Amino acid sequence: MERTTLDLWVGIFVVAGLGALIVLALKVGNLGTYNVSETYQLQAYFSNIGGLKAKAAIKSSGVLVGRVTDITLDTERFEAKVTMSIDKRYQFPKDTFANILTSGLLGEQYIGLIPGGDEEVFKGGDVVKKTQSAVVLEDLIGKFLYSTASDKK
Amino acid sequence: MIAAITENLTGIGRRVVGAVWRIGHGTRFLGLILFHSGTSFRRFRLTVKELFFSGVMSLIIILVAGMFVGMVLGLQGYETLKRYGSESALGSLVALSLVRELGPVLAALLFASRAGSAMTAEIGLMKATEQISAMEMMAINPIARVVAPRFWAGVLAVPLLAAMFSVMGVFGGYIVGVVLIGVDEGSFWSQMQSTVDFRYDILNGVIKSCVFGVVVTAIALFEGYDAPPTAEGVSGATTRTVVESSLAILILDFILTALMIQEG
Repeated sequence: MERTTLDLWVGIFVVAGLGALIVLALKVGNLGTYNVSETYQLQAYFSNIGGLKAKAAIKSSGVLVGRVTDITLDTERFEAKVTMSIDKRYQFPKDTFANILTSGLLGEQYIGLIPGGDEEVFKGGDVVKKTQSAVVLEDLIGKFLYSTASDKK
Repeated sequence: MIAAITENLTGIGRRVVGAVWRIGHGTRFLGLILFHSGTSFRRFRLTVKELFFSGVMSLIIILVAGMFVGMVLGLQGYETLKRYGSESALGSLVALSLVRELGPVLAALLFASRAGSAMTAEIGLMKATEQISAMEMMAINPIARVVAPRFWAGVLAVPLLAAMFSVMGVFGGYIVGVVLIGVDEGSFWSQMQSTVDFRYDILNGVIKSCVFGVVVTAIALFEGYDAPPTAEGVSGATTRTVVESSLAILILDFILTALMIQEG
């Protein structure tokens, strides 16, 4: 079976198509940036998670260190149980704060980790004890209205 | 009066029955293609030749169209995002709309009008000039020899073309957004990478374009094979290919998107 220019063109076509898929996966998507590294799991309970969703970012000092993998309602405590998977490269002390923050005024919500000073670090499956819930805009406005009303008296 | 009404009613009934008949016939034809597709892999050269005509020859239109669609997205997206002061989200806007929707849909629409219509006309003419009957006379199965290689070439070509369309679109958006307008390059790429998920966005886009590839090629081949063997019949079949496959792509796109969003 002899080779022809037609084969060459089809080869170029297939290689270019697969190359485009790889570019999409690595350059456009998040396959190259995050999913490869090993992770460990942490749990945290929040009384209100606001608009936090699965796959939301977990940041410490603004650096992406992990992702939210699962959000469920714990029916014993009636609090939201958030499972986070954190990159193995980053270890956090046991008295780390987990806050739900918002990027920008209308941006999406993420979890910010603020490390404490404890000597011991979290192991996989540990529970983050110190948490702060999301700021819900309606509550904030309600509090503001209430306080201005009481000021006027 | 009553005669006119019954005549209309029978007309509608006949058209509906005819349409259902054609759908059944087309599905059986798709089954026949799959049943006879052994030849297209045993004699892979046949498929490669068709891949050249349907895939490689569509490259130019796909690449140029993708580039300009991305550039328009960059321009329009910037104008809208600027109002909310979030120009940095331009990258994720361009990439998400291309990878999820525009890449698969527009690549399939272009493929249907460029390669699908050509397939219909070619097979229709082969039938009109009795080449198909001649093959049957020589005990060559025309579906295995003519139709199935074209089918597999189309099924392979559409996802590859859609991926190239998306990449060119992202590049076009980059040129307009970053090079011409001056959006920050770092936030363009990083916002894009943090919002585009490999499994949820990119793989679903590839699944979509695979489905479109099957549907578009099957419609084109069926219309060609089913065309009345006259000049008028072939021209009508070519028109029907473009109309039916465009509608099928857009309707299926909605159905697939709805399914994928529920799953995710």
